[in-house]
Amino acid sequence: MRLRLTQEEAAFREEMRTFFTTEIPEDIRENVRTGRHLGKDDFVRTMRAMNAAGIAVPNWPVEWGGKQWTPLEKHLWHEEMQLACVPPPLAFNAGMIGPVIAHFGSQEMKERFLPATANLDIWWAQGFSEPNAGSDLASLTTRAERDGDDWIVNGQKTWTTLGQHADWIFCLCRTDPEVKKQAGISMLLFPMDSPGVTLRPIKLLDGTFEVNEVFFDNVRVPGENLVGEVNQGWTQAKFLLGNERVGVAPVGATKRALATAKEHATELGVLDDPLMAARFVELENELLALELTALRVVANSADGKPHPASSVLKLKGSELQQAVTELLVDLAGPLSLASDSETVPEWAAHTVPTYLNFRKASIYGGSNEIQRSIIAGTILGL
Amino acid sequence: MDFELDDEQTALRDAVRGLLKGYDPATNSEHRREVTAADPGYDEALWGRLAEMGLLGLPFAETDGGMGAGPVELALVAEEIGRVIAPEPYVAAVALAGGVVAALGSDDQRAELLGELASGERLLAFASGEVAEPVVQGARAETIIWEVDGEVFVVDRPADVTAYRTHDGGRAARLQFDRSAATPLGDGGDAREALVPVFARARIAACHEALGAMDSALRLTTSYLTTRQQFGVTLNRFQNLTFRAADMYTDLELTRSIVTWATMVAADGDADVVDAAARAKLQTVRAARRIGQEAIQLHGGIGVTDEFSIGHFTSRLTALSHWLGDGREQVALLSGSIADHGVLDPLD
Ligand SMILES: Cc1cc2nc3c(=O)[nH]c(=O)nc-3n(C[C@H](O)[C@H](O)[C@H](O)COP(=O)(O)OP(=O)(O)OC[C@H]3O[C@@H](n4cnc5c(N)ncnc54)[C@H](O)[C@@H]3O)c2cc1C
Repeated sequence: MRLRLTQEEAAFREEMRTFFTTEIPEDIRENVRTGRHLGKDDFVRTMRAMNAAGIAVPNWPVEWGGKQWTPLEKHLWHEEMQLACVPPPLAFNAGMIGPVIAHFGSQEMKERFLPATANLDIWWAQGFSEPNAGSDLASLTTRAERDGDDWIVNGQKTWTTLGQHADWIFCLCRTDPEVKKQAGISMLLFPMDSPGVTLRPIKLLDGTFEVNEVFFDNVRVPGENLVGEVNQGWTQAKFLLGNERVGVAPVGATKRALATAKEHATELGVLDDPLMAARFVELENELLALELTALRVVANSADGKPHPASSVLKLKGSELQQAVTELLVDLAGPLSLASDSETVPEWAAHTVPTYLNFRKASIYGGSNEIQRSIIAGTILGL
Repeated sequence: MDFELDDEQTALRDAVRGLLKGYDPATNSEHRREVTAADPGYDEALWGRLAEMGLLGLPFAETDGGMGAGPVELALVAEEIGRVIAPEPYVAAVALAGGVVAALGSDDQRAELLGELASGERLLAFASGEVAEPVVQGARAETIIWEVDGEVFVVDRPADVTAYRTHDGGRAARLQFDRSAATPLGDGGDAREALVPVFARARIAACHEALGAMDSALRLTTSYLTTRQQFGVTLNRFQNLTFRAADMYTDLELTRSIVTWATMVAADGDADVVDAAARAKLQTVRAARRIGQEAIQLHGGIGVTDEFSIGHFTSRLTALSHWLGDGREQVALLSGSIADHGVLDPLD
């Protein structure tokens, strides 16, 4: 057992800290710090700066820009980024389709997509969920049928996050309706401006437009845009979702949010209130336990496969993320009502919209009920 | 940061686990019942085996008759004790009373008291206050290490003790301090400051004991869910129950992380050990309550019987939660420093 970082690890951490606090434009970090919604440009500038420094996609294979970092170094990279209020590399690119193409795609497909994906020259959308295929993703019905070498796609996706910015979509389609539902799915890649693709925004509780419905009406997709083999889509989706579970525990961001809440509590003079102090103590302690668990689990992830206990990180990580948004609402108190006001402090006006928005955290990325099913099934053998 | 045990530590853990296997109340509930029914409430033969293995002197210097091991080794033993809720007062005698002697005792006192504790000849108990209660094994211990107003003394067990059984099957006592019978431990004088890290290390060891007990409580519960049948199916077919087991697992894993980290802080000889112990204890207390309650609930009626072992785990967890500082005390301590930092950084 060893408590301290080694000298090299400490130096690595310092290097990351310096990079994130000096090389990412301050206006972007300020947007994150204040809890404002980020524009497309904020993501693009950030990811390009990271890619230029060779640290946008450390989890990819080395030949495509990955790093031979230890699990701890990856953790430090991720933590320092969040603590510095830097938006992480776009998850759809860096965490989802990039690794899938690198693992399942042909050499041609890798060359065509990976460099542009790492640099956010292509913005990807995740086309998995459908109106009748949420947690039960394998029941999806968007179909792709052969037409010569091409595929013709018909159907509908929904919840497509930031689809309004997307250039391309990776889309799970039913390619064989006759077999067991998991066995008849394939992954296709196509541009969002293909003829027959229609996007309809969905307004969320906080008034923002983060997700969309996407309709496909006879969309023609060239055969070369199929990832890997026909009917291999479910394997690819499981590979992707396993990665998503690990990335989705935002320990650093939650720690930072809690520290910010503490500043507001101090300004308001309520941190001396024993009830309020106790709430901070309990939350901070649970976050510490979560962070230490992340460090423990990360070190045990064998050959890139997520440790089964990573479900604990998603479950508890989203709960604590939500708990901090709740705490901020309670700190703002009656001022939290003034969500559209410019006369109350900006942070206070943001509290309820953020709180409502973040109810999503326990729903997406495999809902917390699904995580409990995974823990009960694969870990506890129930 | 590295949470893994080295080979020697793993061997130690396996050896202790091997020794305690036959005492597991889940498979041999008769033994624990018999032992806890009669004074002194623990198995003196097993205590002797622990002494033979060197476990009773584990954290003490070799010159004091100990093994010169550190907090990690102590934690491993405590955890195995907890795993079978062994009623032996390991943490109370070795980590707490022994820890105080190791920190404050003169050369002669350490050699005598710790040497005889290690060999199993003498049991030590720790007491606090003019009227000390409840002193774990205060009626059985030959020697009481006694703190009164910050001064620490060595006292032969007083003749006049009120002893009783505790809800977890252990023994405790009410003791009246008699200054005329007391010898100062070490140089005497106010030792309050020196005691704080000793208590912190004992607290961390107690958290490991609780961790072991929680691990077993969850394991017993999941095995019950896969064997007990109602409505024609085993209980694990009911998602409501499996989800609650999943939450128990989440509590357990978070506790394991923070308690292990606290032990690393202690092993590092870090001054932050007091803070780390408070954090470990707070998480342990919260998890112990939830796991203890759910373990019984998921067993149904059998969970509240004396005959079945699961409830005894809950009883032991409750005892450990209120011994060496409860949740309220940890929150109060940590509240005092909440404004001193922005983010909390375990890697700094
Ligand atoms: C803000 C947001 C962004 C999203 N972004 C994307 C995206 O970019 N691309 C994409 O493809 N998808 C996206 N999703 C979709 C997300 O993955 C789904 O919402 C999720 O899979 C849950 O599906 P559902 O909403 O249909 O709920 P349902 O599956 O209908 O679930 C309803 C409730 O039942 C519970 N439940 C379901 N099945 C079980 C079960 N077996 N046992 C116990 N409880 C169960 C759920 O946990 C939930 O509480 C996003 C969702 C949100 C909210």
